[in-house]
Parts: sequence; C-alpha cells; structure tokens
Amino acid sequence: MADTHAETVLFVRDTMLPQQEPPLSTVGPVGWARTNLFSGWLNTIITIVALLFVINLIAHLLPWFISGTWNATSLNDCREMMAAVGNEQGGACWGVIRERWPQLMFGFYPAELYWRPVLVLVLLFVALAPILFADRTPTRMLGFTAVFPFLGAWLLWGGTIWNPITALLGFVVGYVVFSLVSKVVNAGVSLFVAVVASVIWWTTLAGYVVLGLSAIAPLAIASVQSREFGGFLLSITIGVTAIMFSLPIGILLALGRRSHLPLVKALCVGFIEFIRGVPLITLLFVASTLLNIFLPPGTNFDIILRVMIMTTLFASAYMAEVVRGGLAALGKGQYEGADSLGLDYWQAQRLIIMPQALKISIPGIVSTFIGVFKDTTLVSIISMFDPLGLANAIRADASWNGIYWELFIFIGAIFFIFCFSMSRYSMYLERKLQTGHR
Amino acid sequence: MTTLTDPPAESFKLSMLVYDTRYRSITFQILALVAVLLLFGWLTMNTAQNLNDLGKEPSFSFLGESAGYDINQRLIDYSSQSTHLRAAFVGLLNTLLVAAMGCATATVIGVIVGVLRLSGNWLVARLMTVYVEMFRNVPVLMWIVLCMAILIEAMPPPSAFRGDDPDATMKLFDSVAITNRGVYIPEPLFSRSLGDFHVGAAFDVSINLIAILIVLGASIFVARGIARRADAKQEATGLRPRTWHTRLAVIVLPTVVLLAILGFHLGYPELKGFNFAGGTYMRNSLIALWLALSLYTAAFIAEIVRAGILAISSGQTEAAAALGLRNNRIMSLVVLPQAMRVIIPPLISQYLNLTKNSSLAIAVGYMDITGTLMGITLNQTGRELETVLLGMLVYLAISLIISGVMNWYNNRVKLVER
Repeated sequence: MADTHAETVLFVRDTMLPQQEPPLSTVGPVGWARTNLFSGWLNTIITIVALLFVINLIAHLLPWFISGTWNATSLNDCREMMAAVGNEQGGACWGVIRERWPQLMFGFYPAELYWRPVLVLVLLFVALAPILFADRTPTRMLGFTAVFPFLGAWLLWGGTIWNPITALLGFVVGYVVFSLVSKVVNAGVSLFVAVVASVIWWTTLAGYVVLGLSAIAPLAIASVQSREFGGFLLSITIGVTAIMFSLPIGILLALGRRSHLPLVKALCVGFIEFIRGVPLITLLFVASTLLNIFLPPGTNFDIILRVMIMTTLFASAYMAEVVRGGLAALGKGQYEGADSLGLDYWQAQRLIIMPQALKISIPGIVSTFIGVFKDTTLVSIISMFDPLGLANAIRADASWNGIYWELFIFIGAIFFIFCFSMSRYSMYLERKLQTGHR
Repeated sequence: MTTLTDPPAESFKLSMLVYDTRYRSITFQILALVAVLLLFGWLTMNTAQNLNDLGKEPSFSFLGESAGYDINQRLIDYSSQSTHLRAAFVGLLNTLLVAAMGCATATVIGVIVGVLRLSGNWLVARLMTVYVEMFRNVPVLMWIVLCMAILIEAMPPPSAFRGDDPDATMKLFDSVAITNRGVYIPEPLFSRSLGDFHVGAAFDVSINLIAILIVLGASIFVARGIARRADAKQEATGLRPRTWHTRLAVIVLPTVVLLAILGFHLGYPELKGFNFAGGTYMRNSLIALWLALSLYTAAFIAEIVRAGILAISSGQTEAAAALGLRNNRIMSLVVLPQAMRVIIPPLISQYLNLTKNSSLAIAVGYMDITGTLMGITLNQTGRELETVLLGMLVYLAISLIISGVMNWYNNRVKLVER
C-alpha cells in the first residue's frame, strides 16, 4: 500500500514551512494605530477631532508658556517687555512666581530661617522612608520616625529644646508607669493608669521641668510665631499632622462603630455622622470663632493648632468609614478563626483583622489623605495665608493686579505633584501587598 | 443516683467589675458615659461662663430682627428690611440652587467622561484620563477661585458690546451675553400670565409654573400608561406595537398648547446705557461656583461610572451577545441595570460632597447659607454660637435627607439574597 501511495502522490512536503510574517497593517505602529485610533469611520472621525483639539491646545499654550518673561516686577512691566520683543499674542508673566515664590512656599516665615522648614521637609522624607518602603530600609530607622514629630515641631516653631524633650519624656513616664503597674493589675487597667500619668506629666509637671531645665541649660533657637507661617509650609504642616493622627483615631472610631457595646457604638456613630454631615468650612469657623468660647476663660491657644485639631477630627470621621468598609469586607471566618486560636479582642485586631482590613482599604485611606491635603486650602477662608490666601493677596497687590493663570498654574502644579504621587504610591502598595490569585 | 447540686453561690466582689467579662462591658460603658458627660458638662460650663462674661445670653431672637444688608442673588423676595431668618432662608435656597445645578451638570459630564475613558479609541481615553487626574488632584477651592478670576479678568465688559463695530458680540443668535459682570440669558415671559399664588405672606409662587408642572406630570403619567399597555400586549402576543410617536405626542403637545395659551415668549437681554437689561442675569459668582463644582465633581463621577461598568463581568456581556441582543440593547438591558446598583450609592455621596463643597461659595461672594447666616449675619449680630450651630444643623439636615434617600434606593434595588 505504501508503495502505491508513494507512486501516485508526486510530492509530499515533509518539513514545516516557516511561519509567515503577519501583514504589515496588523503589527507595529501601523497596526496599533489601526486598532486603537482608526477602527471604523466613527472612530476615525473622533480621532481626528481629538487630534485637532490637542494640536490647537498645544499651539496656543506652548508659545504662551515658553515666550513668557521671567524678570518683570509688575504686570505692566511684563507687558512692556513683551511688547518690546514684539510678542503680540502675549506670554506668561512668570515674574510673579520668581518674585513671590519664597512667599508662596514659606509665607511670612523669617527669610534667614528658611533652612529650618527645608530641613524639616527633608527629614520628613527620611522619617517616611521606613514606613513607605519598609522592605528596603533598616528597621532601626523607625526610631527616627518616632522622634521626628517632636524634632520637626521644634525646628518649625523654634524655642527651647526642652519643650520637645519633655514632651517625649511624657511617653517614657507612661511606659515606666505601665511596666510598674502591670505587675500588679491587668494590661487594660495599667494602660489606663499609664495614660493618666502621661497626661498629668504633660499638663502640670512638664511646664515646671521645662522652666527648670532652661534655667540650667538655655539651649534654644529663635522662635517663630504661628501667624508667620504661610504658603505651602502651612498646607503641608496642617496636612501632615491631620494625616498622621487621622488614621489611628479613624481606626479606633471604626472599631467603636462595630463594637457590641451599645453606648460606645452610639457615641461613635453620632460623632462620625455629625462630622461627615457638615462641611469642613463650618468646623473651621468653630475653630476660629467658637473654640475660645468652649474652653475655660482666658485660654487662647494657637490658631494653627486649633485648625489642626479640627482638620484631624474631620479626616478621622472619613477615615473611620473607610476602615469600617475594610472591616466589613472581611469574612466572618477570620473573626471566628482568631477566637478559636484563643486570641483576645486586641490581639485578634492587631494580628489578624487589622492587617487584612487595612490592606483592603488602602485605596480609600490614600484618597482620604489626598482629600485632607487638598482641604487644607480651606484655611484661606478663615484668613490664614495658605497658597490660595497668598494668591488672593498677590492679586490684590497693585503691581500684580490682574494676574491669575501663572499663579494658579504654579499652585495647582505643586498640589498636583503631591496628590498624584500619593495616588501612584497607593497603587504601588496595592500591587506589592497583592496576595490573591488573579 | 446523682443529685444535681447548685453551683456554689458566688459572692459579688468589686474586682469582678473589671475581670469578669459579664460585668466588664457594663463597667467600661458606664465609665465612658461618665467621661463624655463630664466633658460636655465642662464645655457647657465654660460656654455659659464665657458668654456671661461677654454679656451675650444665648438666644435666637436676633433671627426676627431686620437684617439690614442686601443679597444680590435671590430666588424669593428679599430686601434689607427683611429679617435675618429670611436672609438665612434666601441663602439656603441659593445653596440648594447651586447644588441642584451642579449635580445635574456634573452627572452629565461625569457619565460622558467615564464612558469615554473606557473607549477603544486610545487618544480619547487618554484625554479623559488627563481630565480626571487634573481635576481630582487639585483642590476644588482653587478651581472655584480660578473660574471666578477667568470670568472677571478675561470676559469683555458690557461697554465692549457697544458701537457699530463692537469688540464683543452676543453668543447663540444674539441671545446670550457673556460679560465680566455676569452672564445674561433669555428669560421666560408670559403675556397672559395667571399671576402669583401667595403662600401666607412669605412667598409668591408662580401659578404658571405650577400649571406647567401639573400638565407635564399628567402627560408623563399617561405616556407611561401607554408604555405599560404595550408591555402587556408584548407579553401576550410577542409583538410590540410601535408607541414612541404617540408617547412623544402625549408628552409634548399638551405642554406646548398650555405654553401657547399662556403666551409664552422669551425676553432677550439688551444693552441699555452702561449695562444689559432684560433677560435673566446670572452672576459671576454663581457661574464660577457652578462650573468649578461641576467640573471637579464630574471627575469623581467619571471614576465611579467607569468602576461601575468594569464591575460587570464580561460574561454578562458575552451571554447577552450569545442571546442575539444588539450592542445598545446589551448596554441598556443587561449592563446598565446591574452597573447602576454599583454606581448609585457612591454617586449620591458625590452629590452630598458637592452640596457640602458649595459652602466654599463664600470665597467668591456667592450668598449661600454660609455667606448669609454664617457670614454677614454672624458679623452683624456677633452671635457666633447661634449662627454657626444653626448653619451646621441646616447642612446636617440636608445630608441626612440625602443619605436617607440613598438608603431607601439601596434597599429597593439591592439583590434579594436568600
């Protein structure tokens, strides 16, 4: 049979032909353009319209951007310079940024002390590194992170070095009391006693200790008043503080809202819903006009601190809802598993529930952070000089009256950089912590 | 034979309040309650003493006094002789006005952008991404102030419209004038008006408007009846009668007839002297706030819509396609009804955010409730406590109403799980 077959068939190919190249129109840039830009007549029209729009935009914006002047000291000056070089359609007057950028950055902070906020910003990134990139930095750096809030506050406001040191000592006092008391009674009670001891230290003893120590060793740097803070220094100070404190308070509120104790639950629900129901600006009004009425007669504490407290409370309520969402997304089995291992409530939260719940809520947490940072601009309404407040002041200035694009592009770009990098970081973190199968 | 003995009677010890899980929760709650009550008591005592020192007894009687200031943007009658209460109410209506306008435009822009972000066209998808990131990552207050600045600085003054060869012209067939003082649009006028309806002595409601709404509502009701009958016929016979033209006629014709009876016509703005007269005048502050809030919130809504559509698994689309449905039917019958369930709750919380953000009106001088009650009234009467508390309560009430609506809707559309 095989022989006859071989005789009747003249040619049999016994090797595979090499694969043909795909047609040029389906691969490479051409193919990509055909599938993504010109698939069908409707898509082609849309692409052309969008392309015309982009080209038009760039053709108008680019000359404006690059032909701008940098050396003018007022808007009229700038227009004269523009006319002198024959620029008919006008260009950006970046002179306002060159002239005012120290103000937009630091507000009315003394110019010779600018190194302090700059140093704090650098240290902030050093302190954030072990939190943001935990796997690439040594754990010992967390020690610096713990000290940073005190160091940063001291560098920003100045004054005697004994202030931050005694404030830190409060935690040492609390720790010592805790370890002494916990030998006698259980952890909860001794924690309570330790907190009371720390509070007593901060409110009564610390003041005398600072006085005594400064009398012995007057180590101090020039102090700066809160009203001299402004620009992005103010935004970042308020934003970072609110971000730092809102997460722990938010977690506690979320746990309280899911608590089985009806009273604790009612208090947390009331707080969260009240804060979320009113605009931040009304809370800032409370900070600027009402807080003095609520506190004992004669107390008058710092306006930045008041604003920080209100912003923190505002952010914590939103944070609580985000964390609650994460907690609700966890299966019941996780709680039961923790119970069956014999863990108590706090152990279960710390070791099993929170690591998972917080991971789920990372996008929400970061978008709350971004929201808080953006909302710091609202302080301009209660006449504090954040970048927007300063922009209004500059626009009211006779020499720059009528300028707006340049200022707002500059301010907007800086906000954009901060917020956009936060959201990119959250995406990176989500990918890094991704343990599921996809 | 075993006899059950009672467990030994426990004597209650004080330490059980802390160590016994049966009592511990009660102990902690009572402690928490006492702490909160002490805190509130302390705050109240401080407040009472401070107000006493300042000589300001807490009282809301200032609301009945004459306000003494003008509000340029108002929906109801108001003069400087009116009371502070009425000023606050004018402010509340202005808040609701800008919130409603903002929600409507933000939804339209947001849905379009959200759908286009998923477009197969690379360029369009990228452009929409740029829009969303640009608006989401910059504070809304900056957008509001920027919009206001553009309107004031870049728009032509009314005098530019004058002369034979004016620098600026009216847009849209000479019906809309955009000036640096605000925007003038045509106003609806009725030559055979039915007059106003007085609600007590406080408000006037146009009877024309009520009549139009009633007729429109009735015709929509009839049109839905026609659609239901068509549904029933389709169920019974499998053939759907073509009804869209009758439905359209039922909705449009009665309203058009009513408008003709009332003598409806548009009043166009005209340049008179140094400014425009006639037409409806929309202030810069309203437009800036409306525009900025809409564009900002639309970026968030776009993300919500995108997430909602992506949340519907591709199996649903494929199954619908396998059943032979066309693309637009797949969208309207299969994807959207499911996506709505994901989209609506965050959408409503964006509406809530927009309403709360409208309090930033104070930055551009739009007289909403923050500007009237917590702004000028506060400064004139010096009643910080009462005005701020009242303002907070108003916002709280708006929020609770909106979230109540959201919960009602959620319960209605949620999947029935067994």
